[in-house]
Formats: sequence, C-alpha cells, structure tokens
Amino acid sequence: MEEKKIRVVLAKVGLDGHDRGVKVLARFLRDAGFEVIYTGLHRTPQEVARAAVDEDADVVGISLHSGAHMTLVPKTIQYIKEYGGKPEEMLILVGGIIPNDDIPKLKELGVDEIFIPGTPISTIIEYIRENLKKKKGSINER
Amino acid sequence: MNVDEIVNGIFSKNRRALARAITYVENELPGSKEILKAIHSRTGRAHVIGLTGFPGVGKSTIMSKLTEEFRKRGKMVGIVAVDPGSPFTGGALLGDRLRMEGFDANKQLWVDPGVFFRSMSSRGRAGGLAAKTGDVVKILDAYGFDIIFVETVGAGQGEVDIVKVADTVVVILMPEVGDDIQLSKAGILEIADIFVVNKADLEGVEKTVRWLRSMVMMSEEVVQTLSTLTHADEARVLSGEIFKVSNHWVPPIHTTIADRGVGISELADSIEKHYEYQRKSGGLLKRRSSRAKIELEEIILGEIKNLIKKKFNYTEILKEIVENKKDPYTVAEEIISKLCYER
Ligand SMILES: Nc1nc2c(ncn2[C@@H]2O[C@H](COP(=O)(O)OP(=O)(O)OP(=O)(O)O)[C@@H](O)[C@H]2O)c(=O)[nH]1
Ligand SMILES: [Mg+2]
Repeated sequence: MEEKKIRVVLAKVGLDGHDRGVKVLARFLRDAGFEVIYTGLHRTPQEVARAAVDEDADVVGISLHSGAHMTLVPKTIQYIKEYGGKPEEMLILVGGIIPNDDIPKLKELGVDEIFIPGTPISTIIEYIRENLKKKKGSINER
Repeated sequence: MNVDEIVNGIFSKNRRALARAITYVENELPGSKEILKAIHSRTGRAHVIGLTGFPGVGKSTIMSKLTEEFRKRGKMVGIVAVDPGSPFTGGALLGDRLRMEGFDANKQLWVDPGVFFRSMSSRGRAGGLAAKTGDVVKILDAYGFDIIFVETVGAGQGEVDIVKVADTVVVILMPEVGDDIQLSKAGILEIADIFVVNKADLEGVEKTVRWLRSMVMMSEEVVQTLSTLTHADEARVLSGEIFKVSNHWVPPIHTTIADRGVGISELADSIEKHYEYQRKSGGLLKRRSSRAKIELEEIILGEIKNLIKKKFNYTEILKEIVENKKDPYTVAEEIISKLCYER
C-alpha cells in the first residue's frame, strides 16, 4: 500500500488579477510532495467548493486580496457543505491581507488558519503536515 | 466514510462518495479492492473517450468544449485528466482543470451537476496515464456517466496506454508540431481512431492535414493494392477509388480552433459515429476483451508477487543469484512449483 497523497485545491477568489503568489506557492507545495490542483483566477465560491468536493481535497487554500473575505470565504464553506462535502474534515486556509479584527471571526466561521503575505512557505507546509492528521473523523486522522 | 457507505453512495449518486472512492482506489487504501469488486457489475455502460497528444496542443481546451457539446446532447460527462507527477518528490501540479470554461453564466461547467472533473497525477509513471486511471474510469462508469473523457499526460513519447482504457482514441496535433519522424516515433499515430489538427488559426494547417491524410491512406491494405496495379488502373488511382477498398474504420481528420469552439460539434459527431461503428462491427467487444485480459493478468501477477513476498525470503534468494550460486531461471521454476503444488 502506498501512503495517501495530500491533495490541495488552490484558488484565487474574487476580482483581483494577481496570481503570481499562488502560483509560486503551488510549485513549492508540489516540491514538498503534495498534489496541487491549481484552479486559476477569478473563481467563484461555488466553483472552488465544487472543485474541493470532486477532487476530494484535504486542503483548500483560498487566496484573496479584494477585501471581500468576510462574504466570499463563508460562502465557499457553505457551498462545500451544499455539494455534499465535509469542510470540517478539510483544512481551510486563507491567504491575503486580512485585518486583525477579522481573523477570529473567520476562525469562528470554520477557517483553520490565515496566512498573511510574507509568511514563509515552509511555515505553511509545516502547518499542513502537522494539522491535517488532527482532523477528527477524516481520512487523514492519525 | 467506510467502504459500504462509499459503494452505496456511488449507486445513489452521492458525489462525495464518488470522490472518496477515487481517492481509495488511487492510493490503494485498504478497502479499494472491495469497492472495485462491488461496482464491477455496473460498469461497461459508458463511452470512454481518450484524448492524447503533445504538450500544449489543446487537449484540455478541446475536452472542455466537447463537454459543453455533449451536455447539450443530454449526456452526463465524467472527466479524468492526468498530468505528470514527480517520481522523486511524489508531488504534482495538476493544471488541466484550469481550461474548463462555462457555456453560459448561469450554467458553468464548473458547477454543472452533470459534469464531474477529477485531476490525477501520473505519479512518475510512463505511458501517459496513472497506474489507477483505468480503475477510476470504472468508478465513473458505475456512477452512471454516459461519456467519460480521459486526458493523457502530454509528454510526446509513447503515451499509448490510453488504448487500454478508451473505446475511442482521439489524437490531437497542431500545425508544425514536431516532424514526421518524431510523430511516428511517438507511436501515437497508430492508436488514433480520430485525428484532430487543432489551432487551425495558425499557419501550416493544410500541410499537417495533407501529411496526415497520406499517413492514414497508406494503410497496409492500400499499399498491397497499389503494388498489384498496372498503368491501366491509373484512372482509379487518380480518382481515389482504390483508397476506398477498405471497409474498416478510416480515421477521419478534423481541424478545430478549440478556444473559439470551431469544429467541435463535427468532432463530437465523429466520436459518436465511431462508437456506433465499434458497437456494430464487434470492435468494441474485441477491444474490451483484450483490455480485460491485460487487466486480469496484471491482477494475477500482482497477487503472485504479494504471495511470493509473504512466503519467501527475497533477500536470501537474490543474494544467491548475485553470488552465482543459483541462476534466476531455476529459482523461478522452484518458486512457481512451490506456489502451485505445495499448499
Ligand atoms: N491559437 C490557438 N490556441 C489554442 C487553441 N486551442 C487551445 N489553445 C491554447 O493553447 C494553450 C494550451 O492549451 P491546453 O488545452 O492547455 O493544452 P493541453 O494539450 O491540454 O496541454 P497539457 O495538458 O499541458 O499537455 C492554451 O493557452 C490554449 O488557450 C487554438 O485552437 N488556437
Ligand atoms: Mg491539458
């Protein structure tokens, strides 16, 4: 039996058009041994949710800079549920410029961690490896 | 989700069960064999279409447009897209999903419940597919998709495993991609049921189409016929009549501009025609039988390997061979006779 590969869906949600950061992250995650599904720019919450469910993602990384995180992120989580997925078994990560006040609110809504711009990629990789296995009842629980 | 939930979920069209079943099979998790056993009786109903060709020729774009087309024709479409994965780090960047676009704002392919898209890493395997792509296709088949697309890795060297999975193989080329020799070497010309020259907006399409046509026409049969002809038959050669000797399937050649959707519905027609032809001619059954044979043999070999690992001390045996105390043929005979006759 092989070891189960960690699958990461990376999405750029919202209107802003920069994806260099996510693309670099995607490459580093690949080199760390993850299977990364990069979904491109301007994805809607529905599209990200569908990808997360169909691809059986262990990790969903949502990157956004548009300031609309308080609506787009919860919507994504809600659609994952609607499509039959279990967001509580996934690591939901958010990247972008998130005001300090919103961080606890996002966590309350089901986000596992927020990474602000400039976070070393090794921190993100480490975080995923450490926290995925703590997901209760999930396929990754150890 | 346990194995029973997954199997029942597949039969009751639960997407998460489908997605999870694929994860089980792809990673050979305990229970994956049970899933495959349970679904087998419901397989064999889908039309499996393979899309192959060099990197960047437009496989994913064509697949997306064909998906739109077949959705309009009322079909449920499942997709497996294989991208290369590193054998060293084990990681992969799967980017075929990126090319999926919607056909109108309210009913995008991404959220269309009649479409299921799964990205798969080749995990360093050669041949254009992942080891478990065939099994993933079976799961999609059992779930009830009418059409299943399989996009191969686009590496350009012997990506011919697709014939082991697909009922219809579409080989995609573009103008000025490689020369004749490269294409012939890659071995993808022989496996085509349908040819597509994509990017017909670029220069050189006619040349590529002409060259392809000459390749397709020069089947063994035609060469044979040509060799028996005399001057008296010249009119038949010029009219092209002699090229119609074959009542086999002759791979049609399509030109497309995929990103603009040009030529897609004609291509979809050809794909459906080929399936009809294969069904009526018995070709489908023949192909599926030879596929079943390969698969069965692979499973048997796998089981035997596991058995040997369990029953014998490989390190010891290999040492004897390396030190020339025994030859591998004798050792193999000994192992087989022990496996077969000593219970
Ligand atoms: N000019 C032109 N470009 C096209 C056409 N079809 C696709 N493309 C572009 O070609 C590029 C590659 O297309 P893909 O569909 O990703 O090709 P692919 O064969 O799936 O690529 P890999 O999966 O990486 O091997 C994209 O930038 C497409 O927009 C076409 O008909 N004409
Ligand atoms: Mg592609």
